[in-house]
Amino acid sequence: MADKEVKLMKGNEVIAHAAVRCGCDGYFGYPITPQSEVMETLMELEPWKTTGMVVLQAESEVSSINMVYGGAATGKKVMTSSSSPGVSLMSEGLSYIAASELPCLVVNCQRGGPGLGTIQPSQGDYFQACKGGGHGDYHLIVLAPASVQEMHDFVGLGFDLAFKYRNPAMILADGAIGQMMEKVVLAPQQPRRTQEELLAQCGKWATTGKGERKEQNICTSLELQSELMEKINERMQAKYREIEQNEARWEEIECEDADYIIVAFGSSARICSATVEMARKEGLKVGLLRPITLYPFPTKPIEALAERGVKGFLSVELNAGQMVEDVRLAVEGKAPVKHYGRMGGMMFNPQDVLDELKDKLVK
Amino acid sequence: MAEVEIKAENLVYGKPRLITDEVMHYCPGCSHGTVHKLVAEVIEEMGLEGASVGVSPVGCSVFAYRYIDIDWIEAAHGRACAVATAAKRLNPQNLVFTYQGDGDLAAIGAGETIHAAARGENIVTIFINNAIYGMTGGQMSPTTLLGMKTATTPYGRDPQLNGFPYKIADMMAHLDGATYITRQSVHTPAAVRKCKKAIRKAFENSMAGNGYSLVEVVATCNSGWKLSPVAANKWMEENMVPVYPLGDIKSTTLPK
Amino acid sequence: MKETIIIAGFGGQGVLSMGKILAYSGVMQDFEVTWMPSYGPEMRGGTANVTVVLSDSRISSPIASEFDSAIILNQQSLDKFESKVKPGGILIYDTNGITHAPTRTDISIYTIDAAAECARLGNAKMFNTMILGGYLKVKPVVKMENVMEGLKKSLPERAWKLLPQNEEAIRHGGEIIKQVR
Repeated sequence: MADKEVKLMKGNEVIAHAAVRCGCDGYFGYPITPQSEVMETLMELEPWKTTGMVVLQAESEVSSINMVYGGAATGKKVMTSSSSPGVSLMSEGLSYIAASELPCLVVNCQRGGPGLGTIQPSQGDYFQACKGGGHGDYHLIVLAPASVQEMHDFVGLGFDLAFKYRNPAMILADGAIGQMMEKVVLAPQQPRRTQEELLAQCGKWATTGKGERKEQNICTSLELQSELMEKINERMQAKYREIEQNEARWEEIECEDADYIIVAFGSSARICSATVEMARKEGLKVGLLRPITLYPFPTKPIEALAERGVKGFLSVELNAGQMVEDVRLAVEGKAPVKHYGRMGGMMFNPQDVLDELKDKLVK
Repeated sequence: MAEVEIKAENLVYGKPRLITDEVMHYCPGCSHGTVHKLVAEVIEEMGLEGASVGVSPVGCSVFAYRYIDIDWIEAAHGRACAVATAAKRLNPQNLVFTYQGDGDLAAIGAGETIHAAARGENIVTIFINNAIYGMTGGQMSPTTLLGMKTATTPYGRDPQLNGFPYKIADMMAHLDGATYITRQSVHTPAAVRKCKKAIRKAFENSMAGNGYSLVEVVATCNSGWKLSPVAANKWMEENMVPVYPLGDIKSTTLPK
Repeated sequence: MKETIIIAGFGGQGVLSMGKILAYSGVMQDFEVTWMPSYGPEMRGGTANVTVVLSDSRISSPIASEFDSAIILNQQSLDKFESKVKPGGILIYDTNGITHAPTRTDISIYTIDAAAECARLGNAKMFNTMILGGYLKVKPVVKMENVMEGLKKSLPERAWKLLPQNEEAIRHGGEIIKQVR
């Protein structure tokens, strides 16, 4: 246990530790429940004294996402975190960052909405995260952690994907994963990139100051000529197709022989994995498909299960039915697709899900 | 027009090296071109062209990045100071400045601007105050004078209806983090020279790590004001300058 | 081994930290552990609860429909969670402030008068560790040495001077817990 650093931590705390350890250059945030522990932990860790990471409390979420934009434009590994209403405020900035093709990481520890809503867990921002949020045709790469360990692991993964595709990545967590404590194995400390390494990776586009470079680097999302703006859009869409092709991630639990498939992500998936255990004990063949990436959505494995003759799909979400639309698109009418959800910060338990599954699909 | 070769010994004035060959989209008579030139000259004179990052706004100067040959980040409307904050904190060796108009800075971006100044960010803001939204077609801005006619105050700015203009530079002078606040203009050769000195002082202030600097330039928008360039300069001197008096407002060091 | 515990009471009674000590103790014993709190303003004086799961294999859901053990510190929580204890499970409660005692006959019920005992000893701060001691006496899911390690881990270093007192409270809790049914 000595060499592996096993800790008991909240999901939010672990985001901070993972950020420092993966060599993040800057965090810019604004307090909001239920994710304030991220910045609190960073301020306690004082990484500016160790790795040189910048941590700054901004005056608003609008400001923090634009700080992220400014930091990302200089090629640095930068991030922010917030919760639903704060992410709404960030949505304009995210559209700019995506359009300027800059890498960054945003953590949304969702709470129940709409509006000011509640501070309890919810998954009501699936549409916002996966279908836009901000204006225009863009996508975030969206990762949905279902454990504190994945909160940790997805910080590094999120940055890797963000830099690979020069696109903002989002960890779409919720109050339950953020506030829950579990055992977590912390990664060893990685050094921050040196300026030479940064230039090797991002020198073609990052606004580092021209230095010896002849051409200007300009980070902008503006192109007033429609013909050119369409070309930019086409290039971005080609990138999204590539992401869809290469980066879909998911986990299948007891799906091989399943008659019924629950599709659930994040904290819902954890609850539903217990539902699978309960159903199997009763002799009901239920499996769980857990999308790990929400964008790109794991369409292919769902399609394959539908083609194999699964009798029904239940999309279980802490919302009024958002991901269910993507499940339906994947199933394409080959089997019934139902939704079960709670809203406003209420959670279901494994038994509730089993009851709903029986009621809606097993008649 | 045929290319005319100018011999070095006959050259009395040249375009600053950092001003690109791009044709500027600014209206004839606009103050932006002059201020761009001063910024380019100062960066060159300070030897900072390799270490400068400008943040351009939304507004007429959105394309500033096409005209000054340094690295640029184009910010969302009003957010330049937030963008610059991170760019500077993550690259303290660089000169980072924002270039913003009165709509971008004093309306939608007032929050970001004031907080960057209050934090004492080592950035510079060049603030072009022409009391109007130029790019969107001449609407009222926060600094539009009382009685002034704009597209959204067609009968003149009425305080009952439209509220009062405000002097954001004077306001920001109260902030501990803002150490150099000055108000300049570029409507006469003497004013241009003074303004250049102020820009240099602001850039030096930020490179010395002495907190936030603001150079407000009281400027004209002859198109938006519907005046000839010469008449606009005169109108500015008679109407704008009494409300926005020129000169240094604050020059100090960061409090301990 | 899998033990799912709900600890519920008023904010300020140390509900969450009791759960934390238990969770850390589980970590010391190499168990898989989840600690799932209710959180927010309700922590500041309203009702608070935490679900702790200790298991020797991967824990599926940190949220449970029913519990192996319930530790109940006020009437509201008793009303809410009595029915959620698995048949054959246990319910421990402090009688202080309880007006309607639990009625189920298919579970084991214990009382621990820790509030009164703390008042008698003049040390209210040991309340939650005393309760925890009572629980561990009834359900020794974690070895005492690991509990002590977990206690240390869950406290900031500046509070380590209180460790001996807390150890004593855990031991004393084991002495004063009584089975009623």
